[in-house]
Order: sequence, then structure tokens, then C-alpha cells
Amino acid sequence: MTVVASPEVKENQPVAAARGMARVALVGNPNSGKTSLFNQLTGLNQKVGNFPGVTVDKKTGSCHLSATQKVQIIDLPGTYSLYPKSLDERVIIDLLYDKKGASYPDLVIVTADASNLKRNLLLFTQLADLKIPAILALNMIDVAEQEGVKIDIPALHKALGVPVIPMNARKGVGIAALKILMSQQLDTIPTPVYSVPESLKPVVESIKSRFGISNNYLALHYAHQYKSLKFLSAEDVAFIGELVQVHGFKSNTLQAEETIARYTYINELLLDAVKVERVEKEEKFSNRLDQVLTHKIYGYLIFLGVLFLVFQAIFTWASYPMDLIDEGVAALNGLIQENFSGPLINLLTEGVIAGLGGVLVFVPQIAILFAFIAILEETGYMARVTFMMDKIMRKFGLNGKSVVPLISGVACAVPAVMSARTIENWKDRMITIFVTPLMSCSARIPVYTVLIALVVPETYYFGFLNLQGLVLMALYLIGFIAAILSAWLLKVVLKARERSYFIMELPVYKMPRWKNVGLTMVEKSKTFLFEAGKVIVAISVILWVLASYGPGDNFERAEQQAIAEAAELNLSQTELDNLISSHQLEQSYAGIIGRSIEPAIEPLGYDWKIGIALITSFAAREVFVGTMSTIYSIGEEENVTTIKEKLLTVTDKQGEPFFTPARSFSLMIFYLFAMQCVSTLAIVRRETKSWMWPMAQMVYMSGLAYIFALITFRAFS
Amino acid sequence: MQNRVEEHIDKKSVRDLKIGETGVICCLKDPDMGLKLLEMGCLPGTEVKLNSRAPLGDPITIIVNDYTLSLRLDEAETIMLK
Repeated sequence: MTVVASPEVKENQPVAAARGMARVALVGNPNSGKTSLFNQLTGLNQKVGNFPGVTVDKKTGSCHLSATQKVQIIDLPGTYSLYPKSLDERVIIDLLYDKKGASYPDLVIVTADASNLKRNLLLFTQLADLKIPAILALNMIDVAEQEGVKIDIPALHKALGVPVIPMNARKGVGIAALKILMSQQLDTIPTPVYSVPESLKPVVESIKSRFGISNNYLALHYAHQYKSLKFLSAEDVAFIGELVQVHGFKSNTLQAEETIARYTYINELLLDAVKVERVEKEEKFSNRLDQVLTHKIYGYLIFLGVLFLVFQAIFTWASYPMDLIDEGVAALNGLIQENFSGPLINLLTEGVIAGLGGVLVFVPQIAILFAFIAILEETGYMARVTFMMDKIMRKFGLNGKSVVPLISGVACAVPAVMSARTIENWKDRMITIFVTPLMSCSARIPVYTVLIALVVPETYYFGFLNLQGLVLMALYLIGFIAAILSAWLLKVVLKARERSYFIMELPVYKMPRWKNVGLTMVEKSKTFLFEAGKVIVAISVILWVLASYGPGDNFERAEQQAIAEAAELNLSQTELDNLISSHQLEQSYAGIIGRSIEPAIEPLGYDWKIGIALITSFAAREVFVGTMSTIYSIGEEENVTTIKEKLLTVTDKQGEPFFTPARSFSLMIFYLFAMQCVSTLAIVRRETKSWMWPMAQMVYMSGLAYIFALITFRAFS
Repeated sequence: MQNRVEEHIDKKSVRDLKIGETGVICCLKDPDMGLKLLEMGCLPGTEVKLNSRAPLGDPITIIVNDYTLSLRLDEAETIMLK
């Protein structure tokens, strides 16, 4: 601090004014109200981006401090310390230790839960030693007061050397004061807390001189964490590795000693600054609630009830807006087709707009599921779910929180995969994402219904047990068992990248903040639309082109042939149209591909016509029914009885009925296992930030589908 | 008298606490997990109380430094008591 720069510049301008918008990072413990504060500061001006290499989103937003001053806010993952224990937490050190990095913050706001200050201050003292300008936001000051915790703010301010703002981010109390401070004091350096022990000076000095660092504590962290700092080159890592070895640097012991020293300091500080007159009432309330909500019997019953509600919501409630979207897209397409014509218009309506509709239609489910998840998280109930389910789920390599994605997967895998975001552990989350699409989603229902109606008689046992219903239930069960067993398999195969801990705070029950719930819905829907939407639209358009065009004059000849056949059979105009569509689909590129895969699918009992349906339903399973209708010239009206009657008349080469139980069950099993859903693939890529996972998933599920369909066909024929 | 018996066992951990029973942390057995536990405020000399068990017996919650911490039994086992 002996550098004498031009003092005028430093005092009059915020540090970063010279290089554009100042950056403010939000750091804090989980459950310290960081998200509420971020939402309060940025509102709808939020953007979701990527941190390289990890699955956490980089949430940034802008905030107007005054009419003329605007800063960028970066929300960092919640953490208890600067020694990261999970992959996601490493994002923080990558950002804070790389002074030359593009996102290096000019100021950090440390959120601390005022009712639990001791543990929350540990992280603050670590940041203090990095000497980054900071503000301490004492959040949940209302809860602290209710619990009889009295904090001497001026004393805290004096000891820590940074502004301390008591606030209640949920209600917006203290935000204005925080903004004023942010605009004025972008360079208040906290008072250092911990001094690096003498014995470590050689290591620290070598690192300081090599990297041109002036901060001892930062240099110490290089020594502790050189293996995981992304911005270090291979030579840098080798240099520190050797240094650490030469000096017998015991990372674990040193970290433990440091943590204990920090707590000693915090204890002394809080002895003077915090007075507790404990009011037992509040704490008891959470505990009393837990006695019911995590009870041996009621606990699970209530959880089952909650799951049922969530399931109902995404299954039934979402169907109304989804129908509206479907109708709206159809109406728009109708309007365009009435007024314009030509191949480009077909591409626009049946390719692009239909593809966009296929993306939009997921939004209600995503928004509703995430409203529920946000409420479950905000109230603290989700932590209890994990607590109750952990033991069972752990056996299968899953996590207590995997229950929500798995159950949601029965409605739709897309929001379900997104909801796996709440699982902190990398391996648990990947396994959950991987197996969720095996749960039978609602898009499989049309396929199941048609095929069951075809081969399973509508018999009743005991007057109420419907055989068709039993088969349907069996299909769902097979999906569930496949998911659980696959998870167990992956648990064995997949290497853990980090140690799995369950050590976490069980937060006190709170009322949900509706603003946070709303913002979560908006954010998740936007993420899906813009990131998975692109892939879905692109593939839908490609599949549409494949099914709508054929090489050369194939299409014209198909039409001629259909007209000739129709004249012979004396068909009506509608029947003729259906026959033309059928012949044209046969002659399209999709038809050609369908024929060419016939040898591969023949062992499963399928012919090239089913091959075409497999190709066209690659984007979405429910397309299977529509394609079958077209191929067998059944027409547009998707009535199960009509389709069933038509399909029953289809015969094979020997003149026997084509849709035998063996073929139909084989198809059901195929659709149960196969990853016939572009939207799921796109969202898995988005959530895992790599193509490796969706590809592995597709290969695995298609493999299962093929093997089990083969077994089923052989078993029944 | 009670104390004497416990001194002889001397291997009591948080895992062995009964609901509502308290103990004072003496040391942390597992170095890696120990760091995490230290950061969460489970320092030697701190009092812990077993608050509840999950319906299936595992995980458990303990009260430490006035907040509720949940952890698995094999994690609780590494917190040795005086």
C-alpha cells in the first residue's frame, strides 16, 4: 500500500470506471439469502450464461445504483469456504484468484445470515485476507432479532473494516442503503484477519515472486489449490507441485489449523459484538413442524401428497395452456397456408412454425414444475425430502433429491432433467439426468394406448381390474425398474469427481418469496426456449424435410400411382388424399431410410413401414401414431378406434394379420426404452454442457430398446 | 461414576448419541471430512446435540452453534466426543 499513484483519480472515481461497467460479485453461504438479494438488485435484468467446465449457471445481471451509474452483478454459487468441496464451488476461486481474468470483480458483497453469524463469517474472513473490496450484507436481520440475537453493527464495522449493512433481502429492507454504499465505496479493503505462519513464508514468497502477487493469503491458496486452478499453465502447476513437495506442505493439516484460527478470531469478535437473549419460540416451531413433516409415516404420506400435487399439475393443469399453444400454432399455420402457397411456405409452416410450436408446448410444464420446485426449495421442504429419501436413493447411486426429477419424468423428461439442477453432487446429478428419460413420459401414452388397444382385450378381472390398464401399469413399472437399475449400474461404472457429502445445514422453515418463485419460472422457461429450443427446431425441420421430399420425380409418380389405384378401387376424394400421402411418404427420403433399415429391425418383427415411423418419431415419440396413420392411409382424425380397426386389417406377406401380440409388445417395449425425443437430448446437452452425455444416453437407451424388443418379440412369437 | 465408564469406552462418536443427548467434540477422525466439518463449525470443544433421525435412521440432524446440521451416520461417526 506504499504505492503513490495519483490520489485524485482514485478518490473521485470508482475503481473500475476506467474499464467499463464495474463488476460486483455476490458471495455467501447457502441459505444466506443470496438469491433474494440478487433478485432484488437485478429484477428481470438477468442473464444466464456458462462458467466453463461446470454445470452451474453463471447468473449475471445489471443494477442501476443511481441514474448515471450502473454495475454488473455476478451471482456465485453458495459456499461455506474458499476451499471448495465441490466442482461447482471451484467457480468461485477461479473467478477470485485470477486478477487478470475478464470477470474479476471490483467489489464483493458477502451475504451472511445474521441469525447464524459465526459460521457465515468464516467465509468473510477468508475473503478479507484476499483484500478484495467488500461489503458485508447482514441478511435476515429480522429473523435474528426474533431469535433474540442483537448485533452491534458499529463494532462489527470497526473490527472488519468494511461497511456492514443490516438487511432483509426478502422484503427489500436495506437494499437502498446497500446501493448507495456500492456507488460510493467500491474500494473499502477489509481488515486482514489471518497471517500466514512464518514456516510457510518460503513457499509463499516463491509463489509471490513467480506470479507477481502481492497478497500472502492469495499465494497460500495457490499452494493449496494449484491442481484445480484453471488459469494456471502446466508449467505453473509443475512449479508449485515441486515447491510444495520440497517444503513438505501439508495441505490438509494447514487448512484445519487455519479454520480453527479463524473461528477463534470470530468467537472473540462476536463475544463483544453479538448479544443473544434466546427466545426459544421460533426454533421450536421449525422443530415441531419437522416432527410431522419428517415423521416415519406422516412424513412419507405428506411427501407422497406433495408429489401427487406436482404430478397432477404438470400432467393435468399444464394440458390447458399446452392445448392452447397447439391450437394457436395450428391456427397460425392455417392462416398462412390460406393466404400464401409454395414450397417455402410449407417449409415455414409445417417445418419451422410446427417445430417452434413443439418447443413452446413444453413451456407450461417447465414453468409449473419450477414454480413448485422453487416453493419447495424456498420453504426449506426440499432439504427435508433429501433428508428422508437419502438412505434409499443412495443405495442406487441416486440422491434424496433425485426423487423429484424421477417423478416429474413421468409427465415429461424435459422439465424433469432441468430439475436435477438442485442436486449439488456431480455424480448423483449425472446419474439422475441419465436415467430420468427411462421413466415413461406422457408422450409415450399415445403409442402405448394404440398398441394396447390393438392386442390386449378389454377384459375385466374382479369387475374392476381392467387388463388393458394392468398392461399400461406394467409398462410404467418396467420403466421405473429400468431407471433404478441403470442408476445402480452407473453408480458402479462412473467415477466420482468429488467426495459425496451430506453435511449441510437443515434450513429453518420459511414462507416462500413469490418474487423468487416468479423469477425462477421465467428464467427456466427462457433457458429452455433459447438453449434447447435451437436444437429442437433444427432437427424438427430436418425431419420434416426428410418426410416431405423425395429424390427426383418420386413424389409425382407416387401421386400418379395413387390416383390410378384410386380409380380402380373407386375411392372417395378423402380416401384418395390419404392414399397420396401414404404413397408419398413411402417415396420420401424418410421412406428410403425406413426401407434401408429394414434388415436391422426385421429381427424385432418390424417392416419398413414401421421403420419409417421410427425415423419420423425420432424427434418426438407421439409422432409414431400420426405416421402410422399416414402410412396406412387412415387420415388425419386421430381416433384410437379408427386407427385400431384399420391396423387390424393390415396383413403380412403370408396374408396373416401383421399386428400380432408379439409385434405390438415388441413395439411397446421399444418405445419404452428408446430415446426417441430430440427435446430431451437437447436439454441434457444443455444441462451437462457436453454432447457426450446425450450421445451416451441415446446409444444406451437405443441399445436397451433393441435388445428388449428382440427378447419380447421372440418370447411372444 | 458415569464418566469413568465412558472414559474406558473412549471411542464414543456423534453416531452413538441418543436423541436429545449432548456431547462435546474432542476430535475429527477423517482428515478430508474433518475440514468440511470444521468449516461447518464442528470445532473441538464445541457442544453438539443429537436433534433427530431420518425415518430410516440415517441421516441424522445435530444442533451445533445454534443451527441444525444434517449429516449421514458414517459422517457422524468421524466426530469423536470427549
